[in-house]
Amino acid sequence: MTNTTATKPTGGGTPGGGPVTVSTERTTGPIASILRPRELPVTIALVVLVLVTYLANPLFLSAQGLKDLLLNATIMIILAVGQALVIITRNVDLSVGSILGLVAFATGTMFATTDLPIIAVFLIAMLLGAVLGAINGALVTIAKVPALVITLGTLYIYRGLNNAWAGGTQYFADDRPDAFGNLSVDTVLGFPVITLIAIVVVVIVAVYMAGARSGRDLYAIGSDPDAAKLFGIPVGRRVFLAFLANGLLAGLAGVLYASRFNSVGATTGTGMELDVVAAAVVGGVAIFGGSGSVAGAAVGAILLTTITSALTALRVDKFWQQAIVGILILAAIIIDRVASLRTAKKLRMSEARDV
Amino acid sequence: MSDLLTPAPKAPFTKGSGPLGTDTTGVLVSEPKGRTGLSRIMLGRDAIMIYALLVVVIGACLLIPRFASPVTVGFLLLDVIPILLIAMPMTLVIITGEIDLSVASTAGLTSAVIGVLWAGGGMDIWLVLFIGLLVGVVAGAFNGFLIAVVGLPSLAVTIGTLALFRGLALVVIGDNAVANFPPDLTAFFTSKIGSTGIPVIMVGVLVVVLAFGVILHVTPFGRGLYALGFSTEAASFVGIKVARSKFWLYVATGGVSALAGIFWTLRYSSARSDNASGLELAVIAAVLLGGVSIFGGKGSIPGVVAGVLLIGTINYGLRLGRVSDVVLIIVTGTLLIASVVGPSIFESIKQWNHHRRIRRSLPQH
Repeated sequence: MTNTTATKPTGGGTPGGGPVTVSTERTTGPIASILRPRELPVTIALVVLVLVTYLANPLFLSAQGLKDLLLNATIMIILAVGQALVIITRNVDLSVGSILGLVAFATGTMFATTDLPIIAVFLIAMLLGAVLGAINGALVTIAKVPALVITLGTLYIYRGLNNAWAGGTQYFADDRPDAFGNLSVDTVLGFPVITLIAIVVVVIVAVYMAGARSGRDLYAIGSDPDAAKLFGIPVGRRVFLAFLANGLLAGLAGVLYASRFNSVGATTGTGMELDVVAAAVVGGVAIFGGSGSVAGAAVGAILLTTITSALTALRVDKFWQQAIVGILILAAIIIDRVASLRTAKKLRMSEARDV
Repeated sequence: MSDLLTPAPKAPFTKGSGPLGTDTTGVLVSEPKGRTGLSRIMLGRDAIMIYALLVVVIGACLLIPRFASPVTVGFLLLDVIPILLIAMPMTLVIITGEIDLSVASTAGLTSAVIGVLWAGGGMDIWLVLFIGLLVGVVAGAFNGFLIAVVGLPSLAVTIGTLALFRGLALVVIGDNAVANFPPDLTAFFTSKIGSTGIPVIMVGVLVVVLAFGVILHVTPFGRGLYALGFSTEAASFVGIKVARSKFWLYVATGGVSALAGIFWTLRYSSARSDNASGLELAVIAAVLLGGVSIFGGKGSIPGVVAGVLLIGTINYGLRLGRVSDVVLIIVTGTLLIASVVGPSIFESIKQWNHHRRIRRSLPQH
């Protein structure tokens, strides 16, 4: 084998004329492995956005400005991490906005009508989210119907339940204990507490996805469900658990929403679902599954939420914000396509050399 | 096992292993087992949707006071027109296995452009409307270019353009609302045919529905779309121009979305950036309820029309019956899930029965 590869470069294989191994091992350097190409563009975009805005308006990165940025991103980060889990398995969950709304209202109700301790409210709310997510998962895996359809249905149903339960009722910040509201006011090392919770979530899920066997299975399922099944991966169970975990995280986001925002009611979280999917896509999670990472999705969420503040700080007309979000999403998809074409070409060339 | 029973288990068995079976000559004789002729039409998925619609309409007339009146017909139809319009090209798009989430944003952008051009003054209203239509066509062509020519996934692209087009609508018109459209024109959009209660504009909508019905069910182009939905590779091998077909479908979707935007603007006599927002999910729900498979390759225009009207009638009927809006969305969601889970469960029961019969018909060891 080494003989053939050594003689090949004369045929015009690698531009540098060196052995083939150089070009294939380049991607496994220490920095490259931390920021693999899929997450790199969105990270660069975020850094550039923050730097440019900071240079134009130094107040942008003041202690208060930074805190606002983090607070705004927190809920979207958690939702995007959960959504990434589901999208990586080649599914999608459109019902997250409705789950968040239902859980946020449940949180408001628990504080207003009972004396449960905060930690109990957290657990009950996350449990509620997990149940709602499990319903999605069960429908998708047992009935074998595409997730897009099922979760579009549960988007309506969960929102309807929220409406039926809440009616015109709204719970405001003074219905909740101060300690709960302070979660999104107090800071540790400059980070608001709820942001720290989000960071912990990202780290746990990222480690799980990178290290645990069942985490790797999710990628295998997303790349090729049939092959995953043949390989012996319990596809149904894994997908079910991905939906359950996503529901649990949406539930957590719902509690934090109730802490962060003044009022929760019947329409809380409406229309969030597409923003969440957009955050994951911008963060390099391929919409057809199999690749991407939760860290990337989190960065995508930060980027999308930061743009609003950045445009305000730059005194750009606020009406441009959504159009720029749209352009970002399209740019992310195009970059993704270019990257995957390049990988495919590289693989083809290395395979051709090995033959 | 008498001789009465022996042929029966044999037929499904040979049918199941048809392509792989060695005994092909014997199989072909018993192959045409599916329904044919009249019963095929009367018992198909579309027919069931239409029966369901009829049952709901008759039930509503009997149970809900004041339902059976021209006023009902008028408001019900005016309410469903935007969904019905966009559902037509959406049916074709989903049959090819793609999707378009940007339709409501396209309608909103059209509405915003119309509003600004009209408020700017000095332009004939028909020219304004024409430019609005053009905006929709260009928006659709943009989607079509990225999806059909560049080859990007339609779900991702149209989430992007959903944000982009809605964003452009905001850029164009901002927080403003334009309301001073010519009274004759806005009155025309809500006028009814005589005392029937049917809106005059329904004639135009019917033309669009018929056009898409003919394109899908009668022309080679339309039949090709089904082939596309089953397998892109196979479709291109039999000579269907995949990219070109998809591109023009998205152009049509943009154009019809613009028509829906024009209708929305003139019906409510208000051009705003958030017009028709959230409509995309309602349209997709109606299309899927109408029997179109999200995987592509399956579905029909009559089924979709029945699906749209079914959701519209249930919503309107429940609202008249003093059922709160709350329950309405639960009903929509449940219908959507039931319409896809039902056939899936039915199919697996059939499969299970089939396997059981095969096992029984096989020689026992």
